[in-house]
Amino acid sequence: MTAATETPDTPVERTREPAPQQKQQWNRPAVTRLLRYAVMLAFALFFLIPMYVLLVTSFKPLAEATSAQAWNLPNPATWTVDTWSSVWGQLAPSLWNSVVLAVPAVLISSVLGSLNGFVMAKWRFPGSDVVFTLFLFGMFIPYQAVMIPLRQMMTDAGLMADGGSLFPLILAHAVFGIPICTLIFRNYYAGIPTTLIEAARVDGAGLIRTYASVMLPNSAPAFAVTIIWQFTSVWNDFLFAVFLTNTENAPVTVALNNVAGSMVAPYNEQMAAALLASLPTLLVYIFLGRFFMRGLMAGALKG
Amino acid sequence: MRAGWKAVGAAALAGVLMATGCSGGGGGDDAGKKVEIFSWWTGGGEEAGLNALIEKFEKDTDYTVENAAVAGGSGTNAQAKLQARLEAQDPPESFQGHAGKELQENIEAGYLEPLTDFYKDEGLNDVLPKELTEQSSTDGEVYSVPVGVHRSNVLWFNPKVLEEAGIEKPPETTEDFIKALKAVKDETDAAPITLGVQWTADHLLENVLLAELGQEGYQALWQEDADWDSPEVTKALEDFEEISGYAETKGGDWQEAAQAVVDGDAAFNVMGDWAAGYFVNDLKKKDGEDFGYVAYPDTDGTYLWLADTFTLPVGAKNSEGTMEWLKLVSSKEGQDLFNPIKGSIPARTDADPEKYDGYLKWALGEWSDAKLAGSYWHGVSATNRQKDSIDNAVGNFLSDKDPDALQKGLVEAAKNP
Amino acid sequence: MRKARDWLPGLLLVLPSIILIGIFVYGLIGWNFQLSLTDKHLPGPKPGEFVGLDNYVALWELKRWTDSVWNLVVFTVVFLGGAMLLGFVLALLLDKPIRGEMTFRTVYLFPMAVSFIATGIVWRWLMASDSAAGLNGLFGAVGLGALVDGQTWWRDPETGMVAMALPAIWQLAGYVMALFLAGFRGVSEDLREAGRVDGATEWQVYRHVVLPQLRPVLMVAIVIMGHMSLKVFDLIVAVAGNSTVAEVPAVYMWKMVFDVRDPAFGASIASHLLLAVAVLVIPYLVWNMRNERDSS
Repeated sequence: MTAATETPDTPVERTREPAPQQKQQWNRPAVTRLLRYAVMLAFALFFLIPMYVLLVTSFKPLAEATSAQAWNLPNPATWTVDTWSSVWGQLAPSLWNSVVLAVPAVLISSVLGSLNGFVMAKWRFPGSDVVFTLFLFGMFIPYQAVMIPLRQMMTDAGLMADGGSLFPLILAHAVFGIPICTLIFRNYYAGIPTTLIEAARVDGAGLIRTYASVMLPNSAPAFAVTIIWQFTSVWNDFLFAVFLTNTENAPVTVALNNVAGSMVAPYNEQMAAALLASLPTLLVYIFLGRFFMRGLMAGALKG
Repeated sequence: MRAGWKAVGAAALAGVLMATGCSGGGGGDDAGKKVEIFSWWTGGGEEAGLNALIEKFEKDTDYTVENAAVAGGSGTNAQAKLQARLEAQDPPESFQGHAGKELQENIEAGYLEPLTDFYKDEGLNDVLPKELTEQSSTDGEVYSVPVGVHRSNVLWFNPKVLEEAGIEKPPETTEDFIKALKAVKDETDAAPITLGVQWTADHLLENVLLAELGQEGYQALWQEDADWDSPEVTKALEDFEEISGYAETKGGDWQEAAQAVVDGDAAFNVMGDWAAGYFVNDLKKKDGEDFGYVAYPDTDGTYLWLADTFTLPVGAKNSEGTMEWLKLVSSKEGQDLFNPIKGSIPARTDADPEKYDGYLKWALGEWSDAKLAGSYWHGVSATNRQKDSIDNAVGNFLSDKDPDALQKGLVEAAKNP
Repeated sequence: MRKARDWLPGLLLVLPSIILIGIFVYGLIGWNFQLSLTDKHLPGPKPGEFVGLDNYVALWELKRWTDSVWNLVVFTVVFLGGAMLLGFVLALLLDKPIRGEMTFRTVYLFPMAVSFIATGIVWRWLMASDSAAGLNGLFGAVGLGALVDGQTWWRDPETGMVAMALPAIWQLAGYVMALFLAGFRGVSEDLREAGRVDGATEWQVYRHVVLPQLRPVLMVAIVIMGHMSLKVFDLIVAVAGNSTVAEVPAVYMWKMVFDVRDPAFGASIASHLLLAVAVLVIPYLVWNMRNERDSS
């Protein structure tokens, strides 16, 4: 929480407020700013409270890990990292499963989304806006509405047998990621001047070459957005994960929900596991959040 | 900029290859000697007990075991996985499940082989309690082999809190129990009784029903022409209302509710006997000092039981291996190996009492000459559909505290089991 | 109409996606609907018989179903209202340049990076009903115990779903903030400056210049939050487990499919979820498509 260390009256750069005409002009903006910081801090606390509880509980021994002691810091005499090492042992395979799942699923849907977005923004075909709208609907459907037949289809295709793979789940995430990626790319590409494309066409470039030479080099921000977005939703998905994986290859959300043995659920381990399972997406947000916001502002979700 | 495009494509492809490449491992090595055992025993005594069985199995036979244990609270997630396997007609050699009607859908869907002949061939009918086999049978056939038994009707109490409340001995009747709850409420700061998540109320309900209806009456509830509208059930639900009225609901699953007793924050908790292992092994509490136990009031002499069992799925690739596994888990040796570690008692009546101590010693003594009633919440007496409907009625009761509505819900639940 | 030579390559490039979406979205929706019209109430290979809308009728006769729908309605209203309001306030706070903006933004936004399963574990604790635990304990410790006296949070039969919306708001308010912030920044500074030159206060600038331009963002936010709310599942399961008091249609479906193992009944619940989302989303999509046509 670096914000807490900043003094509220630090001068703000780029202030654009017009010169106030009130008599007490010297202190009014300062008071406003102070208030603003106070409110912002209060909200920041609200957002951080659950993380605090997760963090402190994960270092407590089982006997102290009760909800009645949720607010206490770990006892200096008894705190332990045993929980973390035990949880690491339990979650490591499923963390790897999630990586193996997310990487191809994210890349496939981002690449297909980019191609679709390009066509739908700059190389339309008759009815492409209808197709686009039909795609978009796919972005909103509840997974529940396709869940039962989806598993049946995978089963019929022989993909659900033991010794099967993450393939059904990768496929499902890749396909159901196409709509949002298409949307993001289409909106992003719409901002690229059509004259660039026409110039390429005049040079005799076909569809693929135009895409590769004009669109792709400019696509990094949109890829950043789709990759962050898709990575987060694939990593955090629970419903598909439960329905479409089998014994050996459960992703981390499923494993997390399982950290409890069948009869004994150790809370400290649950909390440590929750943090561990969230770490990759958290890191992505903390380090790439800037990119994500920029993508949003680039009109990614202007819809 | 072609290079960039190619790089993306290559990365995508590599991802796919990686995904398919590194998960192909499980399927290939189907040598005829592999026995895959599916369970949800992934922690604590359960895991250790299973591992002991596996070790012995691999030593005694020339089969190797693939331990396909899937973690998950009360096995929900394991169930999801298992269903996928069964639907794909690619079952493990054997899977763990509770005895009784919990297996009903699997039986009706044709996923399970009957094991009635196995019982005969192995002489299990002589060493397993007759009632246990009867209560876990469907249309005269039995579909799974029990390895260990748990008891649902155990009342856990904190001796110090009882003393503080002026209660001389743990209650033996429902009437005394309710008096004791009131005494704790009036005399101490402790909670009279605790509940955890919703199913702990279902668990309490099955105990109250058994207490009021007795073993025969309780068993009759799960027959086809069951009368859930009877005055006895009404009386039981009134007791349920009164008892649960004293309850403090704790967060967490069942553990915090149980822990409150051994920590001295509560007087009573009604929970299955897996709580004993939790108190002693996980919380390091002392039997007799930090906690005590008796049969739930008015149910002494009856074992409200549930059992961990193993099955023979239709289409198991190596069913001979399954039979060998079932022989081990149903043997005296196997059960005396598994149960002391897991914290349950053997289903067989000829077990070696020397191997059990603490709570288990007491439980084994009770088991040998108890009448049996099948737990509905833990899979013996109710189908999953009826159980789900009952749970819904109980959940509504916890909100509206209306015993009449609860009874109506229970009547409805029994109509479409 | 342009020549096929011009547009055909485009269509071909999109074709794989069209096929995939056709099968996975529309094919499976059809299959699910077909399943919901049968009496396949058991797992296993045996197919069911066509029974028309029997499952749908049966569903609406169940109090359990209408209860779960009501729970969802309450949840959706509170969650949508709360997340929009909080998100809007956060965006207002962050709109004008301020020191540490990046840090605050990251803090507000990070919950959406975490799965509901993970956050549910901790919210289950925070919303514990004993007076010494969780939020009750925290309020008590800072002397505000009276505020939450005897608060049972999501376990409360009347207001439980309001409490249940709290973690959801916590999770997604930051996202709404990001949407609004993007919207604010999309309003050109010139326009705002023009307002100020006309003597408008900052507040008036927001009301009369910025807000009217935010309608598209508002719509997107409502549609996105709304459809998330309608299919809410992970969060409820993680916080309330199988408790009846917090049962919503998606959880009910889960129980029907996994515990009771009744595919046809589960499919009919799924069809309802789809229908609810469609009612929310289709008007937006149509509106969106018209707009696009007009502008192109």
